[in-house]
Amino acid sequence: MLLIPCPYCGERAELEFRYGGEAHFRRPDNHLEASDESWANYLFMRKNPKGWHRERWMHIAGCKRWFYVVRHTVTHRIAAAYKVGDPWPDLPA
Amino acid sequence: MTQDFRLAKGGRVDRDKPLRFLFDGVAYDGLAGDTLASALLANGIHLVARSFKYHRPRGIFGLGLEEPNALVETGIGAAVEPNARATAVELADGLIANSQNNWPSLRFDIGAASDLLSPLFSAGFYYKTFMGPAGAWKFYEWLIRRAAGVGRAPDLPDPDRYEHSYAHTDVLVIGAGPAGLSAALSAGRAGARVLLVDDQVEPGGQLLNTSYTVNGRPAIDWVAEATAELDRLPDARRFARTVAFGAYDHGYVACVERAVPVTQGHVRWRERIWHVRATEIVLAAGAIERPIIFDGNDRPGTMLASAARGYANRYGVASGRRAVVFANNDDAYRSALDLAEAGVEVAAIVDLRPDPSGTLPALAREKGIRVLSGHAVVGTRGRARLKAVEAAPIDDASRRQVIECDLLAVSGGWNPALHLYAHAGGKAAYAKALAAFVPGTPADRMSIVGSAAGEFTLARCLADGSRAGAEAARRAGFTASQPSLVLDADEPEADARIGPTVAPSRGGKRFVDLHNDVTEADLRLAVREGYRSVEHAKRYTTWGMGPDQGKTGNILGLSVLSDALGQEVPQVGTTTFRPPYHPVSFGALAGRDTGDLVVPLRKTPMDSWHEKQGALFEPVGQWRRAKAYPKPGESMHHAAEREVKAARESVGLFDASTLGKIDIRGPGAAALIDRVYCNAFASLKPGNARYGLMLGEDGMLKDDGVTARLGPDHFHMTTTTGGAASVYVWIEDWLQTEWLDLEVYLTSVTEQWAVATLSGPKARQVLGPLTDVDLAAGAFPFMAFREGRVAGLPARIFRVSFSGDLSYEINVPARHGLALWEALMESGRPHGITPYGTEALHILRAEKGYIVVGHETDGTITPYDLGYGAMVAKKKDYLGRRSLTRSGMTGPDRKHLVGLLTKDPARVLPMGAQIVERPSEVRPLPMIGHVTSSYMSPTMKRGIAMALVKNGRERMGQTVYLPMLDGPTVAAEIVSHVFYDPENQRRDG
Repeated sequence: MLLIPCPYCGERAELEFRYGGEAHFRRPDNHLEASDESWANYLFMRKNPKGWHRERWMHIAGCKRWFYVVRHTVTHRIAAAYKVGDPWPDLPA
Repeated sequence: MTQDFRLAKGGRVDRDKPLRFLFDGVAYDGLAGDTLASALLANGIHLVARSFKYHRPRGIFGLGLEEPNALVETGIGAAVEPNARATAVELADGLIANSQNNWPSLRFDIGAASDLLSPLFSAGFYYKTFMGPAGAWKFYEWLIRRAAGVGRAPDLPDPDRYEHSYAHTDVLVIGAGPAGLSAALSAGRAGARVLLVDDQVEPGGQLLNTSYTVNGRPAIDWVAEATAELDRLPDARRFARTVAFGAYDHGYVACVERAVPVTQGHVRWRERIWHVRATEIVLAAGAIERPIIFDGNDRPGTMLASAARGYANRYGVASGRRAVVFANNDDAYRSALDLAEAGVEVAAIVDLRPDPSGTLPALAREKGIRVLSGHAVVGTRGRARLKAVEAAPIDDASRRQVIECDLLAVSGGWNPALHLYAHAGGKAAYAKALAAFVPGTPADRMSIVGSAAGEFTLARCLADGSRAGAEAARRAGFTASQPSLVLDADEPEADARIGPTVAPSRGGKRFVDLHNDVTEADLRLAVREGYRSVEHAKRYTTWGMGPDQGKTGNILGLSVLSDALGQEVPQVGTTTFRPPYHPVSFGALAGRDTGDLVVPLRKTPMDSWHEKQGALFEPVGQWRRAKAYPKPGESMHHAAEREVKAARESVGLFDASTLGKIDIRGPGAAALIDRVYCNAFASLKPGNARYGLMLGEDGMLKDDGVTARLGPDHFHMTTTTGGAASVYVWIEDWLQTEWLDLEVYLTSVTEQWAVATLSGPKARQVLGPLTDVDLAAGAFPFMAFREGRVAGLPARIFRVSFSGDLSYEINVPARHGLALWEALMESGRPHGITPYGTEALHILRAEKGYIVVGHETDGTITPYDLGYGAMVAKKKDYLGRRSLTRSGMTGPDRKHLVGLLTKDPARVLPMGAQIVERPSEVRPLPMIGHVTSSYMSPTMKRGIAMALVKNGRERMGQTVYLPMLDGPTVAAEIVSHVFYDPENQRRDG
């Protein structure tokens, strides 16, 4: 069970959170005019990397805020957690 | 019965506290401080089990959790616990234990015939033998499961309670042996919160089982002092009887604590799971002695040398009168010396090494113990108990000598217990000198010390433990200076050389995995048959797959595979250690979450009324809802029919409290609502409500519900009962991550409002006398909202309808729900008001053609598919809009919502029935849709159904066919899905 550093509440056990998948995938600008391909990319395609991953979490049993976490998908190490609108921390080497 | 094998003195048992217990119906005496195993051995009993596959007689082999043989059943009736290790069962007065897997008795087990046939039962036997004919496997499986196996699960509900607790600590130390205890002490002295867990009753680890000294005094005295100091530290805690069974992410370690046994009545709880979260972990889990592979190595009376010395030192029990020690390392000589010291005659030490010459062998020789170097045990004699061993020089089996003995103590070296280190992500490395795996790569938040790290001298265990504890405290942020532990462990130097772990074979049975009855021959066969990967060989033979997870057999098996494959052990690889380290009962894992507490039951404020009326309930998510209110002698269907009639002809009352409700406020509230619904909401005036369709970004219907505008910046949104939480999270997601321009606040108020729905032509007459709100159709039209008082209670009234008749949804603060309900029932009595449940609700809405998300939708249905295209806004943007113009979202392949009328009006189609175009008998047939809802309609007096049918709106009037599983195909006509009052005169009147 992960220990997730909520940027608002501090470290809490994973069972207080809801996972939201990959972070920062972009809704196409002028989405109503977006091509079928770019819209399908936005809807369905996610990276699923082996390694560092920027992802979305919501502290559903706490402050109910969505935020971002940099997590390694193999070791589960968490390098950073940051709020919506914060500058993105670099991925660890 | 007397304890003939209890030594005259020594041991940590309390000789003033005799305990009486039953094993296989015979009463024996033991002492407080015994385990079931030590008490049985004190009475001369080795034979306690029959093996898994061959039903071979098996004796007590180990001392603790590593035990592969001595699995017994404890307790009686509902409190039976199968597969308890006799070596880990704390003796209590009145304990009842029984052997397993034998019939008619432990000594005369018919199943042992399989041992005579054992040449047939090699690895893969089942796969090769029990093949055809088709279906026969079910019989074979029954047969095999009867013949093979371990304990029986109790067939009564467990009467005991199990608990879960949470613990947070700076430093968690696993194992209270010399390394763990010194680690805990130095971390505690540094000021850190320390938690020390250990599976034994008292701390000390191997120091309980051995005769080491610290600072010139018995090591156990140091254990007592260290423990006393630890107990005085304010932030140190110790859990005894607690097994750390899994190390997970980020310092999370799961442990299970067993209760102190009681002699009378029930324990308060039987087992307790500890969810431990530690900043730093020091793993000091010790090591497990490794046996040696030799012919007849499972004869009862054969045990690990460390176990034999542990029974003598800790329990004051001689495991035999005359022992042979079979060794490949110096530590075995310590065992031999301890046995001799306790008064056991050591007939010989058989050492596989050609030239054992260190301090310990010299000490043994000094004591007059015969050392047969360069020799191996090549056979054992006796049936249910060892009578003699055959020993021979390694290179000349013909020069055999028979040595009479009743105890064979085996030592093939030690394996560090790396299990939790591997759980935490550590990768082990092979240390050839130790013939064992030791820690390789670092594991997250975990340091590993003592014999678990491959350090086998007491001095190093103490020093490394102390340092690791201090470092763990420092990494956790505690830097207080502390006196270092000055400990002088006085021990004869051991020769580090380890001999082979496999003795020469003379063709006898040679077990690698005692628990699963896997022999060396099985592993070699697996390699010959192509199972060259360690993971394949494991699964083909079941080596290491028993509940002991190969604690004694894993490394032995690797050396066999290494030989069979001609590869070094590191190239052979290892299997993966996974939690749990030791089996955990389902009772402990479930904790208090059993029965009614598995899922919290949500009840509405009116629930007690429904219950008093004898309502039938159905679960809807976590809620229970009244399904119908049958009168005495009435079936659920008859009750629903009566309830529907009342709601159509006079008035019905429905508990709608479970509807999801979200209070939405803020200057951006109106814009938010307009973006999350695909139909227009900007024009909604305060005081009015509107039915909304919510789409996912993929354009599919996600949820629906009525949202009312209470004020310019204030909305009351309702969602489906099941969708409340996901809709809330979904909207919050958009607000927090995409629409930062909107200032809006959402509050889930599902539980804050009780909702009673009056429905039917008399609804106005029932509500009128109770309220100050003007109910006249002109003043309070359909889809309007009013605030006022109902029965003196503050209320919000929504004039909406899910039945198709005149309807008022009356919301009051939840605490007034029951009062509202009773007032409405009282006011409705002259009109024959009838409470109706969810079954009637579903019939009413199906008659009217209203959809239910999850019935008429399944995540692939758009508003156009449902025929709601006219509602979809043309100008505004909303979630899911772009997807509605993707290819495949329109055209003749889309399924449309339609109605179905069977040719036989009495026929009610099964929900989910598939629809085809032609009544052909040749199957498979292309399916063009399925039934989504289907009821016998009391109003239409016939069966009605809603269905999703490919291009259904272009098929109006066509006949389609529904093949049935249990009868002839049914024909039905495609019609509009609105069966009742399509002009909405009744609803809007």
